[in-house]
Order: sequence, then C-alpha cells, then structure tokens
Amino acid sequence: MEVDIIVVGGGHAGCEASLAAARLKHKTLLITGNIKNIADMPCNPSVGGPAKGILVREIDALGGEMGINTDKSHLQLKMLNTKKGPAVWALRAQADKITYPKEMLKTLQNQENLTIKEAIVDDLLVKNKKVYGVKLENGEEIKAKAVILTTGTYLKADILVGSSRTPGGPHGEKEAKNLSDNLKKLGLTIQRLKTGTPQRIKKSSIDYSVLEREDGDNVLRTFSYDTKPMYKIEDQVPCYLTYTNEETHKIIMDNLKKSSMYGGYVRGIGPRYCPSIEDKVVRFKDKERHQLFLEPESLYYDDIYLQGFSTSMPHDIQEKMVHSLKGLEHAEIVKYAYAIEYDAIDPLEMQPSLENKIIENLFTAGQINGTSGYEEAAAQGLMAGINASLKIQGKEALVLKRNEAYIGVLIDDLVTKGTKEPYRMLTSRAEYRLLLRHDNADIRLRKYGYEIGLIDDVRYQKFKDKLQDIEDLKNYLNENKVYPVEGELFEKLNTSPILDGLSLSELLKRPEVKINMLKELGKIPQKYSDEVLEQVEISIKYAGYIAKEEKEALKLKELESIKIPEDLDYEIIPNLASEGRQKLNQIKPITLGQASRISGVNPSDIAVLSVYLKRLNHE
Amino acid sequence: MSDTIASIATSLGIGAISIIRVSGSDAIKIVNKIFKGKDLEKVESHTIHYGHIVYEGETIDEVLVSVMKAPKTYTMEDVVEINCHGGISSTNKVLEILFLSGCRSAEAGEFTKRAFLNGRIDLMQAEAVSDLINSETEKERKIAINGLEGNSSKLIKKLRQKLIDIISNIEVNIDYPEYEDIYEVTKNDLEKEIKEIKSSLENIIKESEDGKIIKDGIKTVIIGRPNVGKSSLLNRLLDSNKAIVTDIPGTTRDIVEGSILISGIKLNIIDTAGIRKTSDKVEQIGVSKSIEAMNTADLVLLLLNNNETLTKEDLELLKKVEDKNTIIVINKNDLEKKIDISNLDNPNIIYINTIKDNGIDSLKEKIKMMFNLEKFETSNYNYITNTRQLSKIKECLKVVHDIEKGLNDNLDLDILEIDLKNIWNTLGTIIGESYEEELLDELFSKFCVGK
Repeated sequence: MEVDIIVVGGGHAGCEASLAAARLKHKTLLITGNIKNIADMPCNPSVGGPAKGILVREIDALGGEMGINTDKSHLQLKMLNTKKGPAVWALRAQADKITYPKEMLKTLQNQENLTIKEAIVDDLLVKNKKVYGVKLENGEEIKAKAVILTTGTYLKADILVGSSRTPGGPHGEKEAKNLSDNLKKLGLTIQRLKTGTPQRIKKSSIDYSVLEREDGDNVLRTFSYDTKPMYKIEDQVPCYLTYTNEETHKIIMDNLKKSSMYGGYVRGIGPRYCPSIEDKVVRFKDKERHQLFLEPESLYYDDIYLQGFSTSMPHDIQEKMVHSLKGLEHAEIVKYAYAIEYDAIDPLEMQPSLENKIIENLFTAGQINGTSGYEEAAAQGLMAGINASLKIQGKEALVLKRNEAYIGVLIDDLVTKGTKEPYRMLTSRAEYRLLLRHDNADIRLRKYGYEIGLIDDVRYQKFKDKLQDIEDLKNYLNENKVYPVEGELFEKLNTSPILDGLSLSELLKRPEVKINMLKELGKIPQKYSDEVLEQVEISIKYAGYIAKEEKEALKLKELESIKIPEDLDYEIIPNLASEGRQKLNQIKPITLGQASRISGVNPSDIAVLSVYLKRLNHE
Repeated sequence: MSDTIASIATSLGIGAISIIRVSGSDAIKIVNKIFKGKDLEKVESHTIHYGHIVYEGETIDEVLVSVMKAPKTYTMEDVVEINCHGGISSTNKVLEILFLSGCRSAEAGEFTKRAFLNGRIDLMQAEAVSDLINSETEKERKIAINGLEGNSSKLIKKLRQKLIDIISNIEVNIDYPEYEDIYEVTKNDLEKEIKEIKSSLENIIKESEDGKIIKDGIKTVIIGRPNVGKSSLLNRLLDSNKAIVTDIPGTTRDIVEGSILISGIKLNIIDTAGIRKTSDKVEQIGVSKSIEAMNTADLVLLLLNNNETLTKEDLELLKKVEDKNTIIVINKNDLEKKIDISNLDNPNIIYINTIKDNGIDSLKEKIKMMFNLEKFETSNYNYITNTRQLSKIKECLKVVHDIEKGLNDNLDLDILEIDLKNIWNTLGTIIGESYEEELLDELFSKFCVGK
C-alpha cells in the first residue's frame, strides 16, 4: 500500500492533520488504534476558554474543523471575560462527548482522499534520515511521502492509581509499546510527561438542590465564522459548583503517602496549571476551600466530570474524598481519577514547520510534542497537515508569527523554549494579546487559509464582503458628524454635549458611547452585521493601544526578518557567552528574532550575533 | 576564542605598586614565558607566587603574580595579575614585554566588556564600572561603587517585583475567570499601585538628579546689572577657596570660570561674559545670552545693590529668575540701605560685601542648605547616574502617565496591563534582564488554579 501522507493517531491533532492533508488533495491514511475513539475527549468535556477559545477561532479561520464540529455538538456555550476588554474575551463550550466524536467521524468518513485504518504503528520506515512510511504491529509496511505522528498520550502509556502502575492508554485502550523506543533508536530525544484526570460521578447520585448553578449565555453564538447557531438557548445544560472543605483536606493530608505523586511512584513531569487536588492542598495550606466544577459529559449517558479534583489516590481514599463534598455525600463514582504517564519527543528537535530536524518528512503534533489540551493538539495537527502538504508540493512552510496568532506563539514557544511539562496555551504567553483577539482571527488568518486552499471561494468571498463592510462603516463614521443642536442625542447617550461638530468616530472614542447605541438611535445604517459593528468599535476605541502593540510587533518583525543561515557555526563566533553558544547550537534558530527568545541567550549574545551576521552579509 | 589582552590596572604614577592585568585564553601561558619562579601552568587557581620577570636574560622586575583560572574571575576568562614593584618605568617595560610575547593592549573598559559579554555582570554593573573608571571625586567614586554592587539594580528589581505581583494577578484573572476565590484586581488597586510606582520612579529621577549634581557639580550662574559687583563676587568665591581653575568645557558650551568645593560638591561657576560685553548699553542688559546660561543652570545668583533702589532692569531680571533656583545676593551691605525688597517672596536673600569680604560664608551655607548637600556626606548613594538608564526611567514615567489617563477614561484593566508590562520590560532592559519564564513562574507559584 502506498499513500501521500500517513497520520498516526485519531485524536484532535490527527483529525485536523488528516482532514487538512486530504482537503489539499493528498491521498491520506489515518491510522488509529480504535476507530471508536476518533476525536475522543478522555479528559474534560469542554472546548475553548481563555486563549484556547481563540486557538479554536484561528483553526476555523485557517480552514480547520474544530470550531464547526463544536458548533454541531455542544451542550452549553459561554463567552468568558466579557467584563474585561475585548482582547481577552474567549468562547467556551461544554461539548457532548458522544456527539463531538460522532460528528467528527462522519466528517472524516465523508472526506474525499481520506481512508481510516485500525492498526497499531510499531516503527517508522527510514532511509538516509528520511521517513518513507510506517511499519505496523503485524509487520505490514505502508509507504508514504510524509508521516505525521499524533500519538497523544499513548506512547508507552502507564495508568497510575495510588501505588499501582498499569500499562495502557485512556479507556483501557492498548498503549503503543514500541514506537517511542524506535524513535529513540532513530536519534530522537524522548521525555516522560504526566497528566491526570478527575473522577466521573453518576448524575442521579448528586444532590443538585444544594449546589450553585452555572448556566450558558443567553445570546446565541458560534465558534465558526461559517456556521449558524444550531441550538436553543433554553436547551443548554447547566454546570454546577461545589467546594472542598476541612474534612476533604484532612482526608488528603492523612493519606498523602498513598497517592502516586507523594508516594514517589511518579516519574513523569506534570503540569503546574493542572495540579492534583493533593498538590493544591499541600501547596496552598492556608486556603480553606478549593472550587470544583461539575460538568455534564453527554446527553446520552450519565457521567458528570468533577473538574478540579484530579488525584492519584487509591480508590478507597477517592471514595472518602468525594463523599466529603457538599452535594456529593451519596455520590456514586463511575470512573476513578487517575494519572497517566507517557512518552513525548523534545520539541526543540522540531522546526517551526513541525517537521522533525533529525528525520526529514516526519511531522509531529499534539501531546507527543509536549503540549496538553484538545485545542493545542488540533492547532498543531492542522499546521502539521498543512506543512506536510506544502513540503510534498515543494513549497515553503507556513510559519505563523507571534503577532499573528496564538498558534504562532504556541509553536514558537515549543521549538524555541522547549517544554519540560505539558504545555498549555495561556493568554499570558502572548505578548501581543490585543492584536490576537477572538473577534479578528479571520482578519488575521483567513488569507492564509485561502492561499493554501483550505478556504474555498464562497467562504473567502463572504470574508471579503465583511472586510468591505468594515471599511465602509469606518469611512461613514469619519465622514458623518453630530452637532451641538442634537442635544437630546447626547442625553440618550449619557455623554457630555459638544460645542462644535464632532465626527461619529470621535464620539465613539468616548468610553461611555457604544456603537450599538448609535445604531439604535439611527445614527448609522442598519445594514451592518453585529460582527462588523464589533470590529469597527474595537478598532476605534482601542486605536491607541492597538497602535502601541503594533509598534512593538514591528520591532519583532525587524528581528524576524534577519535570517540565520542553517549551517552557521556558532563555535567560531567570538564573544558569545558559553551558555548562549550551546543553546544556539542546539536549537539552531531560523531568525534573529527566534534566537532572542531562547532562554539562556542573553541580549549581549544577540548583539554579538547581529554584528556577526551583518559582517557575514557584507562579505 | 578570545585573544589575550593586557593593561595596567592601577592609576599611573600613584603608589609604589602597580598591577598589570592579563586576561584571555593564553594569559597564563604568556606570563609563564617571561616569569622566573614556579611553573604557572601547573599552579592551583587563585594562588599568588613570588618571582621575577625576565626577558632575554635580563631581570626586569621583582613581582608577585596572581593566577586565577576561568570561570571564577573578573572576566570569566583566565586572568593573571602581575604586581610590579619597580616603579612606573619598569611596569611599562613589563607591559611592553607582554605585548611582544603575544598580548594585545586592552582597550578602555575592555575587561569590563568581557565580564559583561561572558555574563558575569549585568548591564547596569558594567555601566557602573565604566563610571568608576571615569570618576573624579571621592563622592563620584562612592556612587560608582554602589552602582557596581548592584544597589541601583536592587532598587529596580524591587520595583519590578511590585509590577509582576499585580501583572500576574491580572493575568490569572484573565486565564482563570471563574475562580471566584482568586482575588480580582480592581481599578482602585491599580490606581493605588500606580501611585506608589509613580512616586518610586519620581524618587529615582529626583535622587538621580542629586547624583548628577555629585557627578557633574552644581552649575551656577551669576547675573546682575553691570557694575553691581559680579566679578568681585566671582573672585571672592574663587579666592576664598583657592579655586580649582579648570579648563574642562563641561557638557555645554559654557565656559566654567572656576569651581569651588562646598561639602565635597563642586560648584561650577559659569561665566556670563555676554552680560559684561554688552554692558556699555544700559538699555540692553544683554539678557539674551545670560538667559541661555540661566536656563540650564542648577543655581542662579542674582546680584543686587544695597544702596540703590530697584531699577527696571533689576525688576526684569527678578521676573526672569522667578521659577529658577535662585539666591538673591545683595551687595554693599555696608552702605545705606536704599533697596526695597519687601515685595519679593524669595526666602533666599543674603547680604554680602565683596570688598570687605563678609557674607560669603553665609552664602555658601545657604547653597549647602538649598541643595541639601550635607546628606551627601552620610547617605548611601542609590542613584542612577547613567544617562541611558535615566532616560529609560523617564520613559517608564511617561507610560505611568498613560495609565493614569487610561484609568481616567475607564479603560479595561487588561488593556492597561499592556502598559504595566511595558514598564516592567523597560525596567528589565536597564538591568539587562528580559522576559523569560518569570511571569509564568510567578503565576503558578502564587495562585491555586487548574483542573
């Protein structure tokens, strides 16, 4: 058998990668251990949230599937951070864990050029440091021009509960036993990571009457730029809140040594942002209680996800812990919490295109690269699918910059700084947050999706019409004025009157004046969509700060425009600090900008390197 | 790798012992070639050895040689220091021999530059070292040393910590909006913080300007009508102190007539010759030239005459100096008082007599008080004297003003945080620290969040 691109793994990275590759007209084979687990959500039942929600919007802008699929399958939708500025608004869905994978599988099965195969991959076929296919557990060989590994947590996975360690992936699936050892043999560095997931509780055993309820928004929204809302506001399923208490903490402290973590049974490095409940209790001793969220998993079965309570305690202790919680006194645990340890590669051995530096035509995406989260995985999967395709076509890779997309921040962080814990996207990782907003992902990225071929003419035309509307409305606001005689208008807007004519855009700069009020008062044409109004309002109200960030981004652009030759010998450059020299040699940054972000490379190294490159160019 | 450099590290012509410092990968090898005593290539690091410098059979000097191996040295390279005992001419000779044996002459500040490039000292310390090398008076030296030991770095670091505290809290509020038990920063909090940050920055600037006074002295301009006794006052000031007459042009085009020391601080008296030259024409007081000098002066001495009523020109001058640091000096106190100064609201009035030479001391006392010079004798100098650094601090203050305006306009906290980060980064560049994982470390060590 021979195809263009093989994708190994059917999680969120694998789905996006294989869809992108197939949509770009490459014969694609998706190999998964179990077809039932395609697009599975083994951990939390939600998609989006701060930073992550913006990743989903970016995936959608580029022509990926996650946004559309979430729109088809969620139980609740909520815009977070609406009390803060627009730069940090983020959409989050409670996804239905049955519907989401079902819808995704349907999309994959209907996709031209894409075949799905159930098998376990054991090894890569490599010749002269170039991958040309994979070898299956049964010895079968499949050839391809490029291979994308999206193996999630399955590489040499171990499930940890208390002092027990059992080889296996989530849902009692078989782990991939041999692939990571074989990757090591090929020269890749393998690291061990850890993550965990909390208990699932039987819905009918929870006393909701004593819990705080959290509803979805009462405004219809979508993740995708191209879908219409497919749900009713009143049909949304609520989440609930409960808290740990003194008794819970006592149980944990009394049994600390029984947990995998504190008993010393864990080798992998877990994420700081996903601490287990025992971690939280130990590290934040003076906190009287910790917040827990009860999230519905699906309309089709009875599990409730207990967010915030992940632990590696043995089952009997978990029982006691759960029963100490308000509203869960008689709760029935359907699935116990567990920690999982798995192998990942060192992302520093990856290029910004996600192609491996050691083995050509090999791409990796998702948890194998050291990240965590469905959205982070999907974003990389999409980029790996795009770049493997571009590679086959002999075209330059698509590398998004830090001021263009959270995806750019994510990948740049991975290939520049590496990661020692599962990497989660956070808004605080982005230095140009105000440029990377939820609302403008299409304006930032749709052009790339179109150029590559993932966005068709119809979708692109719709986007261009929106741009045109934005331009028109901006002009309209600049050209049309309000005058002192319209005294009543200012009263209605609750703003101070004026002495002279004032353009509408000047008026809109006033903090208390909102564009929707102007529309309601008939000061602007009614034809513009809410999306257009929002875009124009943000660009006018935040013009000063947007300009500030753009100015900063320009500095970055200068550094990014200075390319570093791939074969540069850092040993012969005088005056580099030894740590900087070593790091530069290891990471081999492709631009001076990337070099400047490597930890251990200090500003004077960059100065030295910059002078050296200038001299090099003169010669 | 790096070539080997050498130069004399002590000041020339002073003291019996001079030290030659050699740094670079061949430092030990080169010195060993000309050293008669132990084999320096075999000695332990950080040891001192007695011996002689011998070149072509001739003993040049009796020396003590310190051998310090990388990386625990000033430059983080191999360093050898030769203590020469034979006076300046033999020290020079030793240096010459080193050059002949494979060393290169170090450029000014090159040892420090290497220390910086090799990552031993931060930018601020590097700049302080260069200030130290160029320092003239004892007080300048103290400031320079404090900078070197990182006192001003400490100050900046403290301020950055304050900033990162509030930044990380705002970030946590953004990334974990639903954690109700995490404190939510309010605009009032920011307002309060920003007030404190502002006053810290203003303080640094203010204190740094004091530091500038120590470094550059107090630029003093004497003005007054012709014949009121300006030259006499100048001469009295200079005479009485055995003036240090300098030919240093200073930082401006002013000609420094002379300098005196008050409490160890230089008072640089600027010649306002322009006034004298045009003094033929009473109607033109030649204000234009003196204005220039006045505008950049730290102190203006306005000289008036005790036994004349205030003229139109006097009143004009008084108006000109209204917002300057001014002492009104009234000369000829032995003559009948005709001047009426009851309308002046300047508290700094001193009566003197340039002919009988009295009142000069009280004038100096007054200056001492005005510039609070006594504090310089006792306090620790935490000031930033480097222009680049000071301009960065001023940049930060500007951003603080943006934040104040933003708070006024009711902008969102996460937008204003952009400015906070900007200040934090700018302060980072002063001490040569840039964004790394600092923020995230702070975030996760202080807040309990996550699933």
